[in-house]
Amino acid sequence: MTNTQHLKDLTTQVRRDILRMVHKVNSGHPGGSLGCAEFFVTLYSELMQRNEGFNMDGNGEDLFFLSNGHISPVYYSVLARSGYFDIDELNTFRLINSRLQGHPTTHEGLPGIRIASGSLGQGMSVALGAAQAKKLNGDKHLIYSLHGDGELQEGQNWEAIMYASAKKVDNLISTIDLNGQQIDGSTDTVLPMGNIRDKFEAFGWIVIDIENGNDIDTIRAGMAEAKSNTGKGKPVCVLLKTVMGNGVDFMMHTHAWHGKAPNDEQLAIGLAQNPETLGDY
Amino acid sequence: MKTYTYTEKKDTRSGFGAGLAELGRTNPNVVALCADLIGSLKMNTFIDENPERFFQIGIAEANMMGIAAGLTIGGKIPFTGTFANFSTGRVYDQIRQSIAYSGKNVKICASHAGLTLGEDGATHQILEDIGLMKMLPGMVVINTCDYNQTKAATLAIANYKGPVYLRFGRPAVPVFMPENQKFEIGKAIHLQEGKDVTIVATGHLVWEALEAAKVLHAEGISADVINIHTIKPLDDEAILNSVAKTGCIVTAEEHNFLGGLGESVSRVLALNNPAPQEFVATNDTFGESGTPDQLMEKYGLNSNAIIKKAKAVIARK
Repeated sequence: MTNTQHLKDLTTQVRRDILRMVHKVNSGHPGGSLGCAEFFVTLYSELMQRNEGFNMDGNGEDLFFLSNGHISPVYYSVLARSGYFDIDELNTFRLINSRLQGHPTTHEGLPGIRIASGSLGQGMSVALGAAQAKKLNGDKHLIYSLHGDGELQEGQNWEAIMYASAKKVDNLISTIDLNGQQIDGSTDTVLPMGNIRDKFEAFGWIVIDIENGNDIDTIRAGMAEAKSNTGKGKPVCVLLKTVMGNGVDFMMHTHAWHGKAPNDEQLAIGLAQNPETLGDY
Repeated sequence: MKTYTYTEKKDTRSGFGAGLAELGRTNPNVVALCADLIGSLKMNTFIDENPERFFQIGIAEANMMGIAAGLTIGGKIPFTGTFANFSTGRVYDQIRQSIAYSGKNVKICASHAGLTLGEDGATHQILEDIGLMKMLPGMVVINTCDYNQTKAATLAIANYKGPVYLRFGRPAVPVFMPENQKFEIGKAIHLQEGKDVTIVATGHLVWEALEAAKVLHAEGISADVINIHTIKPLDDEAILNSVAKTGCIVTAEEHNFLGGLGESVSRVLALNNPAPQEFVATNDTFGESGTPDQLMEKYGLNSNAIIKKAKAVIARK
């Protein structure tokens, strides 16, 4: 296990990356990215068994799929800081001729990305296919996926959720980022989704709660429990409660920063709250 | 002129089923997915022989396209099977993002395309699918004309790396292409030598084009007939070489004239050698219930329609 302080430092640095990336191009999605920083850092630093370098087929390693592609800033920052590409390339986020498109894609050949996402609700199906390919290949490694809570309003998810348990896809851990926010407001005001835990359980999944999805030790324990529940004939769902905009006080607990960049002054405040740890790109 | 005959009629979807069965025996990476239409897509032999490589998705086509995309990650070559309507319009965004934009090696195999689906009517008779699929960057679009060509195309697309839309149909139609003729993606097949008019046809209209050429020949009109099984990438050279001889062209397809083969041919001509063109295609309309023959007659998609358009286009030269 990695040193927790190191993961905290990495998370702080990732927050800086997120703020600087979206500020530079005055666009992008900082809220959900900040909320999932601890999850991504823990996932890539110690949860996933990853091979050196990047190979699209990903045989013999754990794979991750991001379904809510708009939180690309946190994904790109963590991929770069996990060695998939040089951190200097974060400078090109959303610029013309960049591999770091607004939403993640394989199209420009960015190492670490295995599917395009952005149009919501498609990632779980893709994760299921990759999980079933692993089974056909006799590969015991796991598939991880991440989905927004608002994204569950897309019907394709429920096709996938039904299929996963029916076909006993038990090498999949799908995490739902429960931040309770979407573009037009809270999920409860836009389209209340009822009890998500009950829904997944009714569809035949094992459900693990992570009450504080912004605490590394809690994530670590919850994901260990999720992993220990794989291979039991059922897919595993993790309900990760996070705070949108976490780590930047004026961005927290609101949907206002879902898809809005900070101005110069706001950037300075955000960076001051997250002092440089491992070095800026 | 060459004589084309047939000894039996078979459905093109059975050609797909036979090709898939052969792939099951020869290519261990080929997997198949179906959304509750195994019998209609003739996938039974593949499933019986390779149950572990078949995925029954249920009535959930969006999920099927996503799962197919995911299966390519790990080296599988997924063939999805459902009706053309549910293979395209219903799942356009899933194909666009998870397959085409992501560059995934998925073969979208679509039966019951066009009016010849028959009595089920317009909800199921898609006449827009060629247009939808050819607009997607990187997507290969194929519409085969008989059992033998459909089988050959099914085998060929497994060896091509990238997304493919393979379109075929429901009814039994003449089997006239040679058995075991190699299928070359993007390479048109010249069926009949002629000098007065070019007829470029795809899918079920290829046989109708040959029938039309026979009648025209008896009336002293010589038609150059081309089987364009691949609509994208289009064999520009075959079209231009033919039109250079004939000076006019008729395109024939079981599809809306908007977005179909005809429009792709128009572009090639406009850029290289503008020439009079007539379209045998549906006229921006939905279909309806009826037998395949009744529908093809009513909507002007048979040899009679091709003959009429051939005479009209020659008159415009």
